[in-house]
Amino acid sequence: MRWYWIDRYTEFVRGTRATAVKCVSLAEEHMHDHFNHYPIMPHSLVVEGVAQTGGLLVSEFNECREKVVLAKLTKAVFYCEPRPGDVLTYRVQVQYLNANGASITATSHIGDKLHAEFDMMFAYLRDNDFGDKELFTMQDYKHLFFNFHVYDIGTEADGVTPISVPDCFKNI
Amino acid sequence: MAIDPEIFEKVQATLCDALSVDEDEVTEEATLVGDLGAESIDFLDIVFHLEKAFNIKVERGELFPEDIFTDAKYTQNNRLNAEGMAALRERLPFIDLTEFEKNPVVQEFPSRMTVADMCRFVQHKKQ
Repeated sequence: MRWYWIDRYTEFVRGTRATAVKCVSLAEEHMHDHFNHYPIMPHSLVVEGVAQTGGLLVSEFNECREKVVLAKLTKAVFYCEPRPGDVLTYRVQVQYLNANGASITATSHIGDKLHAEFDMMFAYLRDNDFGDKELFTMQDYKHLFFNFHVYDIGTEADGVTPISVPDCFKNI
Repeated sequence: MAIDPEIFEKVQATLCDALSVDEDEVTEEATLVGDLGAESIDFLDIVFHLEKAFNIKVERGELFPEDIFTDAKYTQNNRLNAEGMAALRERLPFIDLTEFEKNPVVQEFPSRMTVADMCRFVQHKKQ
């Protein structure tokens, strides 16, 4: 099983905002025990999905030069439970982005119904924070962005001009 | 350096927001770590808020000069030496280092920073 907690992006506005969907399925292993007679998607995995939606948005803006990690979950409020068959829509808006990290606000909806709200902060790890170890290779990032359809639907900050595949993903 | 009440008010709002503390807890003398419960990652959040609120740019290491604390020529037995203290004073002229200087243990530096220090930092940046 891979640690993917979104299925694809449906909107990706470089460095600004993004929308991703997650289809909740009874076939997912964690649903078998959470809970046996009342399967719901754990809130912690929703947080992970929203963090992936926002974290990759921030990474892509930096052409993956930074090691972006979820640093702080300032707010997480849940209003209902995702059940098998639901499609979660995560909408992320970048609030702030500088040389040290980024902050986002986000919502999760089940259809039109507000499911959860979040404020999150991402930090960039420096080399001495993590030794020489690479968190992800450029190839990993490339697979993620292509699997999530970023370059099929992504636009520049104007929301109209299609984004092109950055140089860091060419020839790998 | 006297603290500008307008700056204090904005710093107070920033800290209430970033650390989920009440306004009356954020006094000038309160220490960020000891009294307000800030953890290391909160400082990044605080810096985001300050940059936004005051339209300033804070470079990494500007508020906490890690390079001084990790440079062997400035430290001895986990404490800043005289040269290190001089470098710190030069880098952070807005912070009152009198208490820290009595026992300059590197790890204790962040826990000594007060709300007033944070206000003076902003005033210094805005000059």
